[in-house]
Amino acid sequence: MDRVDANFFNETNDAEKGGNISEVQVSHHEDKKVTSKPLKDKTSKAERRALQEAQRAAKSTKKAAASGVAPPVTEKPTKASKQYPQKKDVPLATSSVSVPEMKGGDRPSEKDKKKDVYHPRMQYDDKSRVEKAKKRSVIDKPEARNRVELFQHLPQYERGNQLRDLESKIFNLDSVHPAVYKVGLQYLSGDVSGSNARCIAMLYAFKEAIEDYHTPVDKILTRDLATRISSYVSFLNECRPLSISMGNAIRYVKARIAKLPSNLTETDTKATLSSDIYRFINEKIVIADKVIVQQAVTKVRDGDVLLTYGCSSVVEMVLVYAHELGKKFRVVIVDSRPKFEGQRLLRRLIAKGLSCTYTHINAVSYVMHEVTKVFLGAASILSNGIVYSRIGTACVSMVAHSFRVPVLICCEAYKFHERVLLDSICTNELGDPDVIAKVSGRKDLNYLDDWVNKKNLQLLNLLYDATPSDYISLIVTDYGMIPPTSVPVIVREYGKEHLF
Amino acid sequence: MWYRSPSFILDNQAQEKLLLQQQQHQQNDDVLNPPPPPSMSETSVLNPNPNPNISAYYQTRAAHHAVVTSDWLAQAQAAVAGGVSGEVTAAEVEDGCEVEKGGSVIEEFNSWRKQPDLAEAVAAIRALASVIRSSNATTMMELEIELKKASDSLKSWDATSISLTAACDLFMRYVTRTSALEYEDFNSARSRLIERAEKFGEISYKARRIISMLSQDFIFDGCTILVHGFSRVVFEVLKTAAQNKKLFRVFCTEGRPDRTGLRFSNEMAKLDVPVKLLIDSAVAYSMDEVDMVFVGADGVVESGGIINMMGTYQIALVAHSLNKPVYVAAESYKFARLYPLDQKDMAPALRPIDFGVPVPSKVEIEKSARDYTPPQYLTLLFTDLGVLTPSVVSDELIQLYL
Repeated sequence: MDRVDANFFNETNDAEKGGNISEVQVSHHEDKKVTSKPLKDKTSKAERRALQEAQRAAKSTKKAAASGVAPPVTEKPTKASKQYPQKKDVPLATSSVSVPEMKGGDRPSEKDKKKDVYHPRMQYDDKSRVEKAKKRSVIDKPEARNRVELFQHLPQYERGNQLRDLESKIFNLDSVHPAVYKVGLQYLSGDVSGSNARCIAMLYAFKEAIEDYHTPVDKILTRDLATRISSYVSFLNECRPLSISMGNAIRYVKARIAKLPSNLTETDTKATLSSDIYRFINEKIVIADKVIVQQAVTKVRDGDVLLTYGCSSVVEMVLVYAHELGKKFRVVIVDSRPKFEGQRLLRRLIAKGLSCTYTHINAVSYVMHEVTKVFLGAASILSNGIVYSRIGTACVSMVAHSFRVPVLICCEAYKFHERVLLDSICTNELGDPDVIAKVSGRKDLNYLDDWVNKKNLQLLNLLYDATPSDYISLIVTDYGMIPPTSVPVIVREYGKEHLF
Repeated sequence: MWYRSPSFILDNQAQEKLLLQQQQHQQNDDVLNPPPPPSMSETSVLNPNPNPNISAYYQTRAAHHAVVTSDWLAQAQAAVAGGVSGEVTAAEVEDGCEVEKGGSVIEEFNSWRKQPDLAEAVAAIRALASVIRSSNATTMMELEIELKKASDSLKSWDATSISLTAACDLFMRYVTRTSALEYEDFNSARSRLIERAEKFGEISYKARRIISMLSQDFIFDGCTILVHGFSRVVFEVLKTAAQNKKLFRVFCTEGRPDRTGLRFSNEMAKLDVPVKLLIDSAVAYSMDEVDMVFVGADGVVESGGIINMMGTYQIALVAHSLNKPVYVAAESYKFARLYPLDQKDMAPALRPIDFGVPVPSKVEIEKSARDYTPPQYLTLLFTDLGVLTPSVVSDELIQLYL
């Protein structure tokens, strides 16, 4: 838990990792792990158990060899492999050979390496870890039903019945600050959504929690506060998986805590921290949005037809500002089931007097031929230029690309992440399957009412998708307008900046 | 320092030459050093942009490179826009006021600009450097404001020239973003600025030589190169290749309407390079014979695409569909912080077009002088920062401006 990173979707603060073969980074770490394994003395529980088993197996082999009976080695590892799918042969292969080497080697450098390594989020198809997480968690998670095979590694949605449960617990959960608790409940109920809003809400809650914080007598402020924040993060994560932007903000907060000068008094420290948090919100989100609006508005010309999808706060600001500047343009708002977020945007734009067209995503290929530009928001942009955003974005930009309509993504630079993503399977979030089973206002459409009891039916309600960089003409960030190929440049040049 | 110029190539070469022919080193230096500006007295008459409807950049280019003479240009212009002479004079008056404001810069700039082999941007850089030199400011801030004013007046002199704007911006960045501002003493700071300004001017001046050295590896014996328009960088590249005894063939497009391609083919013929002249519409017809396309650029934009003479986009499209590489030779002072999304997303640079026969007034004429080639149709950019893929352009620009 001494890690500074709040690596996105890093579920529990557990050093151990489950593998996901389809994820580029994970396989890379798996390699690193293999090399560092024999030298590490601080192994996780599962690894220790595996090691023990391996040693036992080795012993029995020796015994068997002595007595001339064929060794039953093959059985034990398979049993172990069932429980820890990814690490079955790693500890066995290395430890049975190199147990004596364990004490040698350059340990500190290995340890450092381990710190640098990214910890991928928890894999929810890893049973042992899910059990462990459950024991620790505040929220009771019921067994999810009828899960889609391909997405079993993602946390299953089970929010509806937790809300009441959590509300009743509010007085006996003293480990979580009330402000954080409130934000958690808001995430859970969906009152706060959208990556910027969630990030700001979280930061304000942290700020409040830090201001109310008092160092316990026998503790050091920086360490204790860091663990506090970590526990808040894992609480929030249980309410709803963290977004990438939140991950970056948490990383910033933790870095600020770690870098606090030790000679400050408690009041000073708290004041520094809350001003730092305020600065992050102001610089990276509020002012960044203003810069983005200034830049993006130069691309709006008279006679344009701008298409947008869903409800992005930055895109809304761009449209409103362009309207205020007196530009003549029309807006097409594309919306989709089940959230109909576009209606919120529609209502606000109409109130401002913009001329709008509202349609559903089914009609996007029909409206696209009259559109001159597509403005979209994003939850995150990854190093290979992939835009991770509200589900349906990829579809819209793909259609726009095939109609040769330029696609502009408005995204603050704090949402950039140095990881790469190849598809929307590895990283995603599952929503409530009930929402897609029901159609509001249509009582007669009840074919899916008892979908839970149908063993051969699985419902999938994904919340995000990944748009390949080929479909994106331009990204508007607070560092200017850049092509999607320049995302790693921004991450390289400015990613570290806010950590120091 | 951001300016990672591979100018060492030139330095190495110069050194080698120095060793080989020590007697001739005097001459060699002459080649590398900038020639003195033409005497001020003969060019003291300012020439402000006579017609705002026509891009000054293309007027200069036409005067320097085209077969069509500037007299012809003036005639054609009179024929096309006979009725707007009143406006022209008004604009001239306006320009006149402006010139008085930043008069000395533009004077200086114009005197440099007269040299046909000196790029407009380099002329601007030299002019700005001379502003620092002749300034009698006493504080750093004063000097910076003066410089800013000068560069603004240069930029407004011709808003259509991308390289002029970009070079002014880059100069400001390069010169003012330095530790010189920390010097206690104003005079030493100023001399540091002058030093940097001269360095920048020198790098820019050498850029063409660097590019021509870098691109030699890409020209192989027996290749056929398609060239569009008259680009001084491309000419330098091919001239160097010819001097290096490479055997290659050049296809020149005609380059309507100012027929810059004709001039290019003349120059090639003078170098004894086999050259063939194509009309602009014969590009697709002859593309299967071509091994590579070489074009210059008016400006390199942030996406990594280029803005260049009209017709470059269609050549790049044809080349792309036949899998032929498209190489762009452009000096780094042409890197501009622009991001056009499509062809119409930039300030148009207009120029007159002569169709040989009178065109009825009802017929509209597309007068735009340049188009935008998106980065996916370009293979490599040869710049004085090195050989870059289009996506690196944005990297360089980000490092430069942020």
